Amino acid sequence: MASTVTLTVNGTTVTREVEERTLLVHFLRDILHLTGTHIGCDTSQCGACTVHVDGRSVKSCTMLAVQADGSTVTTIEGLAAPDGTLHPMQAAFREHHGLQCGFCTPGMVMSAVDLVRANPTPSETEIREGLEGNICRCTGYHNIVKAVMAGAEAMNGGTLKAAAE
Amino acid sequence: MYNFTYHRPATLADAVSLLGSLEDGKALSGGQTLLPTLKQRLASPADLVDLSGVPDLKGVREEAGGLTIGAFTRHADVAGSDVVARVIPALAHLAGGIGDRQVRHMGTLGGSIANADPAADYPAAVVGLGAWVRTDRREIAGDDFFTGMFETALEPGELVTAVHFPKPDAAGYAKFANPASRYAMVGVFIARFGASVRVAVTGAGPFATRVPAMEAALAASFTADAVAGVTVPPDGLNSDLHASAEYRAHLITVMAKRAMEAMR
Repeated sequence: MASTVTLTVNGTTVTREVEERTLLVHFLRDILHLTGTHIGCDTSQCGACTVHVDGRSVKSCTMLAVQADGSTVTTIEGLAAPDGTLHPMQAAFREHHGLQCGFCTPGMVMSAVDLVRANPTPSETEIREGLEGNICRCTGYHNIVKAVMAGAEAMNGGTLKAAAE
Repeated sequence: MYNFTYHRPATLADAVSLLGSLEDGKALSGGQTLLPTLKQRLASPADLVDLSGVPDLKGVREEAGGLTIGAFTRHADVAGSDVVARVIPALAHLAGGIGDRQVRHMGTLGGSIANADPAADYPAAVVGLGAWVRTDRREIAGDDFFTGMFETALEPGELVTAVHFPKPDAAGYAKFANPASRYAMVGVFIARFGASVRVAVTGAGPFATRVPAMEAALAASFTADAVAGVTVPPDGLNSDLHASAEYRAHLITVMAKRAMEAMR
């Protein structure tokens, strides 16, 4: 069966006809061509597909597009300012090299932004717990955690701390 | 994923009537178990009835000194609720440890217990607090709700609407989480109501059950030491690639001690 869904994605209202079994991640990538949201494991473990639905982080491979009907969705493409200025969390990931291959990065950044919005000054432990739903197979998480700490400070209005080296 | 027809009823009556009339319908709550199951083609219902549009199923409220939590209340909303933190803090702690942050934003109490995964966290609280599971047609005692692996006392088409948790004098929950899935390899919920104590274990066997020997030991002395000497035989416990039955039996005692240390 097909259904019509209307969502606000990165500030733009979109209406599309979708098969009811369409996952939100496929809707974003294949129909809206927003390919910044990645598909990693496709089994609800890795978090590469994390987006915000009505302000909360969710795994878009584990939600139907029809479930998101009427919702407001933000993807990694919607974080930076219209002039291209990176979101403080994106800038922190770049500054602190919170990535190696970069595949998990969009999901990591979306989770980190959600975490800091709920808890503006997370401890290192809280960051590691808050990122349990995101798997990175390159970095060992060390620089990701540093990046989230610096990103949190910058999101709270501080200046972005430079990497030590 | 096989195709299906999607329904989003706006009232509980419509949801119940749909589930009663559809030949091969399945309720969709948070979908954090059901959608992965459908993606792997391990299930292929003809119809999905999404409960997210039913307003009567959401929220936490105090009732008769305890808590009544709507079936569609998400784990994150239980974990973050001031009321839950005040009335039964161990329940907020349990909900905050389910899966991961993204899963907690979607998964629901009713979905978790209706699915009755042997390693889910909530069943430990339903049994450990002697909760009452409310459905569209009756109330089921927590002790009678889980009947087997992924099996419950629910009849076909019967919908969980809320769970009532009585307020204990003290309660604690500790789990040994699978490092990948965060499911409980073993989770132990302990609650004291006056002189009586309930101990419920999830993750170890096919479904959440009580441990009478630990309850007796803790009724005599409500301390971590009292439970440290009580061992549970491995007979009938789950054995899989994550842990043997003997290892799980050992973990029950360890987690019971930690639940006592986490008593709040």
